[in-house]
Amino acid sequence: MEEKEVIIEVKDIYKKFGNRQILSGVNLKVYKGETMVIMGGSGCGKSTLLRHMVGTVKPDSGSVYMRGQNMAELDENGLDALRKKFGILFQSGALFDSLTVKENLCMALREHAKLDENIISIMVKMKLELVGLRGFEALMPSQLSGGMKKRVGLARAIAMDPEIVFYDEPTTGLDPIMAGVIDKLILDLSKKLSITSVAVTHDMNSVFRIADRIAMLHEGRILQVGTQEEIKNTTNPMVKQFIEGQPEGPVNFFMSKEDYLEELIK
Amino acid sequence: MKKLLENIGGTVITTFRQIIDVSRLLVETVYWLFVGPFKKKPVKRDSIFEQMLFMGVKSLIIVVFVALFTGIVIAMQTAPQLASLGAVIYVAGLVAVSLTRELAPVLTGLVIAGRVGAAITAELGTMKVTEQVEALETMALNPVRFLVVPRFLALIIMLPCLTILADAVGIFGGYLIGVFNLNINSGLYIDTTFRFLTTKDVMTGVLKSFVFGAVIALIGCYQGLNTRGGAEGVGKATTTSIVTSFILIILSDCVLTAIFFFSDI
Ligand SMILES: Nc1ncnc2c1ncn2[C@@H]1O[C@H](COP(=O)(O)OP(=O)(O)O)[C@@H](O)[C@H]1O
Ligand SMILES: [Mg+2]
Repeated sequence: MEEKEVIIEVKDIYKKFGNRQILSGVNLKVYKGETMVIMGGSGCGKSTLLRHMVGTVKPDSGSVYMRGQNMAELDENGLDALRKKFGILFQSGALFDSLTVKENLCMALREHAKLDENIISIMVKMKLELVGLRGFEALMPSQLSGGMKKRVGLARAIAMDPEIVFYDEPTTGLDPIMAGVIDKLILDLSKKLSITSVAVTHDMNSVFRIADRIAMLHEGRILQVGTQEEIKNTTNPMVKQFIEGQPEGPVNFFMSKEDYLEELIK
Repeated sequence: MKKLLENIGGTVITTFRQIIDVSRLLVETVYWLFVGPFKKKPVKRDSIFEQMLFMGVKSLIIVVFVALFTGIVIAMQTAPQLASLGAVIYVAGLVAVSLTRELAPVLTGLVIAGRVGAAITAELGTMKVTEQVEALETMALNPVRFLVVPRFLALIIMLPCLTILADAVGIFGGYLIGVFNLNINSGLYIDTTFRFLTTKDVMTGVLKSFVFGAVIALIGCYQGLNTRGGAEGVGKATTTSIVTSFILIILSDCVLTAIFFFSDI
């Protein structure tokens, strides 16, 4: 494990939004070629952590190293050079809704690759074929279903043949079959093209299908990082509760009964 | 009392920060407008034309409507006074000068702030809250270059054009009253109009509208790109955008008029 090349390193990140502490000391290493899955409850800051990794949110303290470079020290050009090697699938798809599916995929290609228009067209067709949406080039995002938007988002994320792909809840809101298809796609990409993947999700099926290693985020910290086996045989009660989906346990969803009574009569 | 002072202090600080942020946006916009093309990062011509079409061509009817009736109203309002002085022919000059110097640029600016400025904020705000702006950024496509510059450029071109049109239509409105209601000879009316109207009148008005265009585009984009909090946030940002543009148009109109007035332009 140790001799593997570290491609992303998150060091002791703290982040507050207003006066709510979202991340409080996150440490994480992602190795080249692996699929790292970050899991955690809704609203626990998974997307925020991902945003730190791609540099759209700056930490209050701590730093993110991308291939050994501190992202905070990069200027706009340096950051752009890094970003051309990223692909990101956003939680909501984030398709440009004034552009057709094809134009969505072309945006970055036209700007950064300076290819012939015919070649761009062929590349777009290939990426759409990968996500099973060939023939949908001319549609507008508003004409697509939620699952289709996600797939177009995925096609766009890999349009530039990135080295690292970030997925924010790739399978949330999809039917089980489509979720399976997306998971397989993520696997294929990472195995065949040796892409490094960082995925954020709370879909347990998906976690155990795609992850090489899993990190559990809870209350602003990483509770445990490990392989699938290590996580399945965890001794950490909170991680156990999460992967088994138990309503009761060390992570309390409901406040205690006395609290409730107090609140009610107050 | 302490709370009141704190509130006032807070508002002042926020306002100050916003002024700095908007100035920064202006600098960035100008950078992408003039320096970007030399670094092989030009702004797409298509998107500029698309914006010009939306802002200019599709605002024609409302601008013509407002200008025509403003011209008619000024003529009707001033005619009795001038008539009592026996100088009813001066309606022509009054309509022409007040429209070109003041009313056409300001009214057109306000109309466009309501129509185009609001649309800019709503569109960019929606893009912001649905992560589209972030998507652009992470694709190494600068949002200022791709979203702000086309709108800015289109508006500082189109608003002066619309203002010149409003000048013409407004003067025509005054002409209608002058000729058909006040029975001024048509040739004489036109003649008087041009006797009073100088290039300088038109140019100061156009210059104003140029500034208003920049204000509307910058405020619209700034509010849009700083939208927070879903659909409700977009609504709030849009309202703020219109109100701020209105205030700034009136303020900058006053400042510009004072400059023209004191420097004898
Ligand atoms: N830009 C922001 N400003 C203020 N609060 C934010 C912002 N982004 C996220 N948050 C808050 O941070 C918390 C974590 O959000 P997020 O990272 O999206 O959670 P997750 O992706 O795990 O569901 C949420 O409670 C959210 O309200
Ligand atoms: Mg999220």
